[in-house]
Amino acid sequence: MAQLVMARYGEIALKGRNRHRFEQLLVNNVRRALHDLGRVSVTRTYGRIFIENVDTAAAIPRLTRVFGLVSVSPVWVMPQDMDAIRAQTLAMLAQRRPGTFKIQARRADKSFPHDSPAINRQLGAYVLDELPGWSVDVHHPDLVIYVEIRPEGAFIFSTSVPGPGGLPVGMTGRGILLLSGGIDSPVAGWMALKRGMELTALHFESPPYTGPRSREKVVDLVRLLAEYAGPVTLYINHFTRIQQAIVSSCPPSLTVILMRRMMMRLADCIAEDEGASALVTGENLGQVASQTLESLAVIGTAAVRPVLRPLIFFDKMEIVERAQSIGTYPISVRPYEDCCTLFVPSHPATSPRERQVVAAEAGLDIEALLAASLAQTERLVLTEARD
Amino acid sequence: MAEVYLDNSATTRVWPEVPQLMESVYRDQYGNPSSLHKRGVVAEKVLDTSRQELAAAVGCHPHELFFTSGGTEANNWAVFGLAGVRKPRGKRIITTAVEHPSILVPLDVLAERGFEVIRLPVDWRGELEASRLAAALTPDTVLVTIMAVNNEVGAVQDWAALSPLVRERAPHAAVHVDAVQALAKLPLLCLEQADTVSFSAHKLHGPQGVGALYVREGTRIQPLIFGGEQERKLRAGTENVAGVAGFALAVRLCRERGQELMQLLHELYQGLSDIPGFGCNGPTPGAGAPHILNAYFEGIPRGEVLVHALASRGVYVSTGSACHSRRSRPSHVLSAMHRSGDALTGAVRFSLGAATTREEIRQAVAATAEAVAELRLHSGKGSRSGAAGYGALR
Repeated sequence: MAQLVMARYGEIALKGRNRHRFEQLLVNNVRRALHDLGRVSVTRTYGRIFIENVDTAAAIPRLTRVFGLVSVSPVWVMPQDMDAIRAQTLAMLAQRRPGTFKIQARRADKSFPHDSPAINRQLGAYVLDELPGWSVDVHHPDLVIYVEIRPEGAFIFSTSVPGPGGLPVGMTGRGILLLSGGIDSPVAGWMALKRGMELTALHFESPPYTGPRSREKVVDLVRLLAEYAGPVTLYINHFTRIQQAIVSSCPPSLTVILMRRMMMRLADCIAEDEGASALVTGENLGQVASQTLESLAVIGTAAVRPVLRPLIFFDKMEIVERAQSIGTYPISVRPYEDCCTLFVPSHPATSPRERQVVAAEAGLDIEALLAASLAQTERLVLTEARD
Repeated sequence: MAEVYLDNSATTRVWPEVPQLMESVYRDQYGNPSSLHKRGVVAEKVLDTSRQELAAAVGCHPHELFFTSGGTEANNWAVFGLAGVRKPRGKRIITTAVEHPSILVPLDVLAERGFEVIRLPVDWRGELEASRLAAALTPDTVLVTIMAVNNEVGAVQDWAALSPLVRERAPHAAVHVDAVQALAKLPLLCLEQADTVSFSAHKLHGPQGVGALYVREGTRIQPLIFGGEQERKLRAGTENVAGVAGFALAVRLCRERGQELMQLLHELYQGLSDIPGFGCNGPTPGAGAPHILNAYFEGIPRGEVLVHALASRGVYVSTGSACHSRRSRPSHVLSAMHRSGDALTGAVRFSLGAATTREEIRQAVAATAEAVAELRLHSGKGSRSGAAGYGALR
């Protein structure tokens, strides 16, 4: 008896004329997630993707990180033979705690002698005889056993592993993720990926105020996001000169705002090169002085592209929980400095005025600072960490 | 740019002959010393020869030397093993505030188990004054544990003056000396004064993962690791034969080739003291260990920034000690020495090894002068606060 994997997708089936492109994207993303598991065959029919010729135990965890998939099930394939079908149905129910069930048969190959209602009746009756703990509930069953009679054979499965939902990565355009080593920004990136964005990551480091371990942390975070996104490009910007210029020529209370505005400008430049149409940050309303509504507004005006802030209304605990379930949390809490914890004034402004900020920037040669900083920016392409 | 490694108190690069010898042991003398057959006999011979060689080098009998997984195990064993058997005689333990965590943390555990642990303060150089020890010793003191050389500042404790006090005022006390930073650097005076002394191979160009505890003949001590009957039933576990062989060879090579480090340390000190704002935590060269110099520069408030700035110039040093340089907590050693301000938080440790050259010292001084000047240029405003809180990107 062969085993294959069936993945279902939901939302994208609704997307009208672009549906074909979206489905193709999803199939490609599935292929990419499984690329190193041998000669895998991926085919698509009516809201489902079948993955054959694959180690299902290795494939299923990978597929639960492919956005756009709603559920993933191992499927047993056997000859069109009622005895074999009965045995498999029984085996699937017997390994679970008894409850209610429903058989849902579909005869795609009309040459099979029993029609769908007959298959439902025969299998249902058989289960009731053999497994007394189970009963039928056709409206709200605990478990649905799907039986499909196809020309290639009988397919039996039940939905078992939930997928991540969302939209296939690549469907909704590219964003630049401003990624620190902290807890929030990787979660923001994950949420952008979930809604189908492709991401290019941008990290700011401040040697010698930050060291190689801070960079290692960010690289590890990007590798983790790459498990969901496929290979991710990471830009590492040397931000020290800009920080020093700001600290030496601008009012201390505004340094953080000014640094953030420079980061937005740098992100815009990278977005230009990468063909990205938005910036994504982990900013969260009220978390720190630079995240008051006034500060966010002033920071945002430095960017040409829209600044997307998926975590804006989250509570810290909600962000932490999500970071834990994604797996970024243990990396984020490693104790190394990121560039923003440096050069921090003791009394940062919480309600800066745009006019004030622009006046403070007058002393900076913004173009020259950006050009010099971009010339020092490194570009890495990172793939998921797999052993 | 040639790399200059001045973090030898964290760990050292092995002598080139050490891995060669270890590889031949792994390949050709690979038996378990406890096995009855020829392979076992061959391995046991390697172990015995190495033990004899090391014992001769440190000045003890081979049967007084017990191999461990390193300095930390040796220190843990001494603390738990000596205190445990003496508990009926008393519960007072005396140590200093500047010991290595592998002493202080086990003592915290003993404090939870009812021992009274006295951590004596030290002077501004990191040295324990004999009068303080004398005042703390009581007849019910069961353990005195004091390091020979401090790993962060190089302070050397005057064992010749301290140990008679212990024998006189606390006759039941066992004496442990953490000599991890002293072996192959200083004459081991402590061996005559102590009941147990701990050593580690990787601080002297030997392999990581091997160390030893000297246990004076007749000293009562419990095992820390239980199991088989290796090491005269006091330290269970199949012996690290290749590691032990590497350890013995490393000590021999240090004696044969070891540099006169004190001269180099003087040159380092001279060079650094030409940098404005230079200061030294702990003893100045000549007054302490020959391989450690703990320095700071006024206006450089964060040691790790200087570490990174030096690393980018190919010079590797550490803040305080490698063991806690990942935490941003200030060093317990410098705090105990009443250091404050830049001297406390901006300290970096230069530590020399047997392979250190005069040219490297010159390079390190030049790189430090450059890094300090550059960092000062930008530390004018607002940069003092390293406190977390405004990680705007998070």
